[in-house]
Amino acid sequence: MKALIGLLTMAGLCCAQNVTVIQNGIIHTVTKGTFTGSIVIRDGKIAEVGEKVMTPGGAKIVDATGKHVMPGIIDAHTHIALDSINEGSISVSSMVDIGQMLNPESKSIYQALAGGVTTANTMHGSANSIGGQNVVFKMRWGNNADGLVFKEAKPSLKMALGENVKRSGNPQGGGFQMQGTQNLRYPGTRMGVEDVIRDAYTRAREYQKEIKEYEAKKAKGEVALPPKRDLQLEPLVEVLEGKRIVHAHCYRSDEILMLLRVFDDFGIKGVVFQHVLEGYKVAKEIAAGGHSASTFSDWWNYKIEAADAIPYNAAIMQKKGVLVSLNSDDAGGAELGRRLNTEAAKVMKYGGLTEEEAIAMITINPARQMQIDKWVGSIETGKDADIVIYDKNPLSMYSKVEKVFIEGKQYFDRDSDVTARPKTEAKKNGLIQKEKETEKRNMPQTMPQTRRPS
Amino acid sequence: MRQTIRRLLVWVCGLMAWQTLGMAETPGLVAIQDARVVTVSGAVLEKGTVVIRNGIITDVGASVAVPKGAWIVDGKGLTVYPGLIDALSTWGIPEAAGAASAAGATGRGAAPAPPSAAPGAAMASAPRSWGPQDRPGTTSWVKAADLVKPTDRRIETARGAGFTTAITFPKQGLVAGQGAVVNLGGESSGQMVVDPSAGLYLSMTPSGYSGYPSAPMGILAYFRQLWIDAEYYKTAKALYAQNPSAIPRPEYDRALEGVLEAKRVMLPAASPIAMERMLKLASELKSPFIFYGVTQGYEMADRLKQTATPVILNVKWPTRERDADPERVDSLRTLEIRDKAPTSPAALAAAGVKFAISSDGIDTPRDVIRALKKSIDVGLKKEDALKALTLNAAEIYGLASRLGSIDKGKIANLVVTDGDLFDDRTKVKFVFVDGVKYIPPPETPAGPGGGFGGRPTAAPGEEN
Repeated sequence: MKALIGLLTMAGLCCAQNVTVIQNGIIHTVTKGTFTGSIVIRDGKIAEVGEKVMTPGGAKIVDATGKHVMPGIIDAHTHIALDSINEGSISVSSMVDIGQMLNPESKSIYQALAGGVTTANTMHGSANSIGGQNVVFKMRWGNNADGLVFKEAKPSLKMALGENVKRSGNPQGGGFQMQGTQNLRYPGTRMGVEDVIRDAYTRAREYQKEIKEYEAKKAKGEVALPPKRDLQLEPLVEVLEGKRIVHAHCYRSDEILMLLRVFDDFGIKGVVFQHVLEGYKVAKEIAAGGHSASTFSDWWNYKIEAADAIPYNAAIMQKKGVLVSLNSDDAGGAELGRRLNTEAAKVMKYGGLTEEEAIAMITINPARQMQIDKWVGSIETGKDADIVIYDKNPLSMYSKVEKVFIEGKQYFDRDSDVTARPKTEAKKNGLIQKEKETEKRNMPQTMPQTRRPS
Repeated sequence: MRQTIRRLLVWVCGLMAWQTLGMAETPGLVAIQDARVVTVSGAVLEKGTVVIRNGIITDVGASVAVPKGAWIVDGKGLTVYPGLIDALSTWGIPEAAGAASAAGATGRGAAPAPPSAAPGAAMASAPRSWGPQDRPGTTSWVKAADLVKPTDRRIETARGAGFTTAITFPKQGLVAGQGAVVNLGGESSGQMVVDPSAGLYLSMTPSGYSGYPSAPMGILAYFRQLWIDAEYYKTAKALYAQNPSAIPRPEYDRALEGVLEAKRVMLPAASPIAMERMLKLASELKSPFIFYGVTQGYEMADRLKQTATPVILNVKWPTRERDADPERVDSLRTLEIRDKAPTSPAALAAAGVKFAISSDGIDTPRDVIRALKKSIDVGLKKEDALKALTLNAAEIYGLASRLGSIDKGKIANLVVTDGDLFDDRTKVKFVFVDGVKYIPPPETPAGPGGGFGGRPTAAPGEEN
């Protein structure tokens, strides 16, 4: 009896406090069609979604009549919210962890949030063949770094090919704070890039073998020294064992084919090819290897290896069976990242994809690539309530983000943002004034007050 | 003539110091009588006496019998404090004098661009590091205790402001070296050292090499690998010692020896973001640690308390950049940090975080006290400020049985003033370091590195 009362009380409390219902919106579920209906959010999860839902008493109601509701955008490739992006001093810097560089105070997080992004994969840069460990995080603005991290997300590693990689360590190529010949960093050619990658994974294999041998010896009771933990090779072993996803920055079809062969040789699967502007030439090969692609809608020609790009890239790859997402590749501020919705719209013009397919490229597709689709990427019962409300169709360039929810909690509200601005301004001016007064008071009185003889 | 007198005096004091150490005779016996005694560890004695014998405080109290033969210092109108401690310093290391003042000039926050030619040249000549195996910027075997010299000019200045002890560190590189607790007095380097092993200084500023690690995340990864290597080295050495025929002999590595020797590590953490990063790093290094910097401690006081993190506070409070573009408006966040930073000591005290004070980035020692006065103006209790300058530092470094308060049995490091320490008009009349009395010369107009000085004197009022 007591237990029953407890249960009832609990249920009562939970319903009154933790339920939000988004009512009467045009819901783009991405995976289950588009319809006018409502979403029930309980304890941060989507509890129910449909044309007619049960609205529990005491629930917080968000009226979305005439508005468009879609899952939070997932930016598959960005460099926002970071205090440093590249450890470019060496060609294999897999020991560095971008997760430790998350800056929760970076306003790029809020910018992305205001553009409907709720999850992002923020990555190591492309200065070297094997960069660092990336981090998937949610735009939970106001939390500390730990509070931003998408804890369930599978770890990943950045790799890169081509011009950035061979130029970064090479003074002729524009310099990476390198001076003098002793600072030349191998590789200086695309051939060298392949060699560096093969060498690294070969060393990782040996390291993996050493660990196994030691464990076998230990099991037999032999005296043995354990292999020394190697922070550079550990993540590479995880890649070999399928415990870590590879995101590989690439442009040209020939280097994509090269990398496909390397991955085949080392048994590495589920790689996400990033940028991949010539992916349309080798889409079948990418699909056959079980890999996927994350590209730009129509960004091209910013360097020689990006010259042979076409805006149909995403659509062609998709039609050839590649799982495709679109990303921002932002660094510093969330520039492209806050209008990924219109980036997605472009694949309808170039390639004739449907509305749903377009939205999928910035929601469920990146979620699948990052293997977080169990939690995010669509509006489905049981998933995290990461939801964006737009005033118009999100694929229209006239649409604006009105509200953003992450796990049911509202992190962005356009109206509150606008009304808060004068208050912030006043606070700022107050502090500036205070500082000026203190400075005046502390001014050393060095000049004696002498009077000119009149 | 003046020179001769000076030499004679120096000789006399040298002799005195020798006697002080050597035998329990009158020159080693001093009583400061009828002064206001701020013990820090206990109640303030409005009219008390402190007895010093052979460099040790042998008695303190309101009604203490003055031993026969003691020199009497009339303390009427004077206040006796424990000698102040700079808890993270380079004082005493003459080579660091230039570097410290350069750091002071650039200050924290947006550092101005360095002169273009010099760093490039330094980079070219610095060794290229290709990975953790090259031990970039690592001189963990360097000991401040081997670098201190009584001839460092800053010692006099510091003493003039009331400092008698510094925990002084080598600071160049990522793993710079071992700090030492030194008394700011004495005739030889060896005499100065109270404890040669105060902890290992880590910084996030690369210097002394080019190449890996170049980014903060690389530096963090390097620290982790270095500690893994050290732990492995220890295991390998132990295994080898037991079984020299079956286990390969570990290669001697002085960098790892230094890491293993460290009692604790000093971690840089100014902002909340840096503090979280360093808490994570510390949990991986599995070594006792102290945070230094912590200018934004006011935002993290509870977290620091919860993690029992001792703090060495940098009191060079952030200020508006001088000669900044007048059109530029700083962000609200930046303005708030500048406004709130001086409240950090009060916030730390309220939360119960143990914190001491560092002179880092401050050229004039007296300015350390002035900076703390700013915090007193915004809510820091004077007792807490004084504790931060004395007993807290001693406790953080495990020296509370010898330093930090006026108690029987502690080292006779005292500062005697004509008023409240935090009052800018107050003058330091004299200080005792290891029982030896120093008189600062009359105050000269303040300026970087100047203003105070002094040398051991035979008796009060006899300087020069």
